Amino acid sequence: MSLYYVQKLLFELNRDPVVRRQYEQNFDALLKSYALTDEELRAVREPDIGLLYVMGVNGQLLMHYAALRGYEWDAYIAAMREGEKRYGPVRTGLYKRAGQST
Amino acid sequence: MSLVFAGVLSHAPGITGRAQRADPALRDAFYASLARMRAALEAERPEALVVIGAEHFANFFMNNMPSLCVGMADWYEGPIEDEKWLGIARTRVPGAAELSSRLITAMMSDVDLAYAQEWKFDHGIMVPLHFLTPRYELPVIPVNINCQGPPLIPLNRCWAFGRALRRACDAAPERIAVVATGGISHWPATPDSGKINEPWDRAFLAKFLDNRREELLAYSDADTYRDAGQGGFEIRTFIALAGCTEGSKGELWFYAPIPIFAVGCTVAVVRLAPR
Repeated sequence: MSLYYVQKLLFELNRDPVVRRQYEQNFDALLKSYALTDEELRAVREPDIGLLYVMGVNGQLLMHYAALRGYEWDAYIAAMREGEKRYGPVRTGLYKRAGQST
Repeated sequence: MSLVFAGVLSHAPGITGRAQRADPALRDAFYASLARMRAALEAERPEALVVIGAEHFANFFMNNMPSLCVGMADWYEGPIEDEKWLGIARTRVPGAAELSSRLITAMMSDVDLAYAQEWKFDHGIMVPLHFLTPRYELPVIPVNINCQGPPLIPLNRCWAFGRALRRACDAAPERIAVVATGGISHWPATPDSGKINEPWDRAFLAKFLDNRREELLAYSDADTYRDAGQGGFEIRTFIALAGCTEGSKGELWFYAPIPIFAVGCTVAVVRLAPR
């Protein structure tokens, strides 16, 4: 798992016009800049919004990536719910950690 | 001069981005309260508006996450999000770099701060500005409290920041307004988006409006997450404002859960006690 780098990719994609252009021109080349596992690469490429949520991607990053990939609001919410059904509960990150401790 | 206005308001992106999907009666009443807040703010003739927000990975990320950061630029821009998604056109917002520098320098005697000379506002600041300064004429000083990426700053340090901000404002000759913006209970951008714990919100607001320090600082992050969701961590902005207005009572001008906005929509002002 390299949740940090998945989230960093989405953070930079959301905010940096240069990264956004790289995404539009050669997404695979851009993805090589980040240390992602095969599962993470697949989830980002497809995209599998539900799996990204279950992997622990923060919704404040994920909702913008979903919008970029054409998900309207209701479809975005539905994709996360479907992800939980298909892959189980959130594995790591804020939504797991905050529910367990602190 | 000193602090001339203080209040709190919600900032959820749905407030503008999904406006057409809300119950019109509730939405319009909320908007009317925001307009009332704008009029009250303008009546105090502020020279700068400090916005204590909780941004959502627009400028700050886990590679170098400040607990507290204050803007120190002559201008900012926003929204960083897609304009159509948020329902707010991208624009340049004036800053007040020299005043920022003085406030930051004064506050650093009491609290550790980061500063930023470049800042792209996300909905957390743009939604409040859209309603409070829609012509973007009032210089803005943004403040960010990290409410997104744990470890999070303890609540007592948010209060201490608010106190430091007040001391700094009171030492400045300018007329300064401060608003804090955050959710209370909410589960934004998750499968539970739209869930709102109204009793929890109202209990928190009662403590905030009465400026009950000990009770406000007694919330634990574990309890807040359980009862108010990850969005509840944004009570830090309210608590900073309560520290900034210590000893003053607030008035609730609007509160109503609006699920499509994914938050209990709130407008409140603090009646600043003379000092």
